[in-house]
Amino acid sequence: MASFSLGKTMKYILLIFFALLFLMPVYVIIVTSLKPLDEVSLEHMWALPSSIDFSSYVQAVKELAPNFMNSVYLVIPATLLSALLGAMNGYVLSKWKFKGSETLFTFILFGMFIPYQSILIPMIQFIRSIGLYDTIPGLVLVHVVYGLPITTLMFRNFYANIPDQMIEAAKIDGASFLGVFRHIMVPLSITGFVVVAIWQFTNIWNEFLFAVTVTTNETQPVMVALQNLSGSQIVQWNVQMAGAVIAALPTLLIYILLGKYFVRGLLAGSVKG
Amino acid sequence: MKHVELIGVSKSFEKQQNVLNEIDLSIEKGEFFVLVGPSGSGKSTLLRMIAGLEDITGGILKISDKTVNHLPPKDRNLSMVFQNYALYPHLTVEQNILFGLHVKKTPKKEQQKRLKETADMMGLTELLKRKPKELSGGQRQRVALARSVVSESPICLMDEPLSNLDAKLRAHMRIEIRRLQKKLGLTMIYVTHDQVEAMTMGDRIMVLNEGKIQQVGKPITLYNKPANLFVASFIGSPKMNMGKAVFSNQQLIIEDKLHLSLDRAEAAGIPKDKNLNIGIRAEHIFPGTHDNTTHELEVINVEQLGNETLITFEIGKELWTAKWLGQWNVHTGDKVAVSISMKNMSFFDADSGLLIKPASAEREQEVVAI
Repeated sequence: MASFSLGKTMKYILLIFFALLFLMPVYVIIVTSLKPLDEVSLEHMWALPSSIDFSSYVQAVKELAPNFMNSVYLVIPATLLSALLGAMNGYVLSKWKFKGSETLFTFILFGMFIPYQSILIPMIQFIRSIGLYDTIPGLVLVHVVYGLPITTLMFRNFYANIPDQMIEAAKIDGASFLGVFRHIMVPLSITGFVVVAIWQFTNIWNEFLFAVTVTTNETQPVMVALQNLSGSQIVQWNVQMAGAVIAALPTLLIYILLGKYFVRGLLAGSVKG
Repeated sequence: MKHVELIGVSKSFEKQQNVLNEIDLSIEKGEFFVLVGPSGSGKSTLLRMIAGLEDITGGILKISDKTVNHLPPKDRNLSMVFQNYALYPHLTVEQNILFGLHVKKTPKKEQQKRLKETADMMGLTELLKRKPKELSGGQRQRVALARSVVSESPICLMDEPLSNLDAKLRAHMRIEIRRLQKKLGLTMIYVTHDQVEAMTMGDRIMVLNEGKIQQVGKPITLYNKPANLFVASFIGSPKMNMGKAVFSNQQLIIEDKLHLSLDRAEAAGIPKDKNLNIGIRAEHIFPGTHDNTTHELEVINVEQLGNETLITFEIGKELWTAKWLGQWNVHTGDKVAVSISMKNMSFFDADSGLLIKPASAEREQEVVAI
């Protein structure tokens, strides 16, 4: 093999350096989660476990299982609803030009820039007044509403790339407003749905602030419960680490399995095919 | 029966007023009607208003004597073929063709029957299972036509359907579409910017410019008797040769260059005091023979097409083209003898653009009946 040029060697050194930097915490988490408690210490944090011990995982699962399920009950409806509503919004805003549609779209976009913290108190008051405080459906509602701006934006941009003439041909063929949506828009936007689903899934699963304010104890999703996972006298680091691995697993799997669709979907329509 | 009728129809957009201005038009059942005009003339807008894809700002649109201004496209019982076909990429050819019937919940048996008839007619039976991206341009065009045919709507609208095809295919499809229309007895409203398509396909054609009707009539009438300067220069290829003309001293002087002796009979009825423009068709600048040569002109360009020769001359500020049948041995720079006569000239009022007197040779000729 021909010798590497200096530039190429430098590039590889740099990449390996950054890869190691990013993987260091992952290494510590996995290694710590496999150690029995007495082996866990700051001085020996880099050391491999003397023996592979899954007891911390068992305990983490026991403690986190109900919260994990809460997260599942939260994320799946919230993702589906916000994707569906975002698709309908995107469809109307991109294909049916009515007076003020551009202004309406700008207003919806502004929603994206509202910091979570600023609306926290009114949101809690409202959720409480409609009796959905400390429930997963309440949290679903919050995430659906908060997710509308970004899902609307993504779908609108996606649909803008579908030629108007196709919609017109469908209209002349006899399809109604919903008919066009069902027969044309949705089948053509499967990639868009995947992108939005991955995005929403990741955000809602990892989200902390709304979860910690709207829910308590039993209704908490897994990320909040993870925070509270401490022992009474000492912190059981190995259980904490095991919990973190379990909590991170779903989003990791989503990216491994569907990651290529995400990139494909983001770039869809950027080059005329 | 008046199938489609427009009464005083106007269209304005927010950004642009009077894109179409007081259009009065009626199209008979079974007629092949062509809307032709340059880009931006409003012809596609007019078609889309008939289809229901654009609102009508003013005036009345009637289909089969019923006012349909506010009727949505799907209730107007018409079909449309678009310039870039607008096929559904995620459906097969078969599903594309049946989409309309599927959405209208036509019974399955009926769907299959119509599909088979249409596929046979359009030569698509082999391609039914393919997706649009696996088809050539011509095949996609046929699918778009099939989609239109299968709906069995009496009115078919076409928006420049052949623009995206190469010249050979275009010529072939022109014949196919015409045959299809005649066979099925459809009322077809066809929009194009190509005057050759208009001339060869239409029963009647309408020339539009800047939102106003320039002339409506049989193609050959528009060729022989153009109503104004715009129609005269739009219809016919090569373009009609134009020039400023003035009567002086028993002569007609064109572009201050060409002198023709005045023919009393021909000049009668033409006001001598107005600014005049004349037009003469390329095929009426005849090669000069021993006894009929009127002028000798210098050639500035020659185009040999094989069946005919196009020769360009400079006449004042204008470039005139003569069309001579056959292959003539003429070169740039040669001085050639031509025969130009006033009886082949059409006279126009330069200020209003309107026709004063058409070429009389045309008037005498008419269309020869066999």
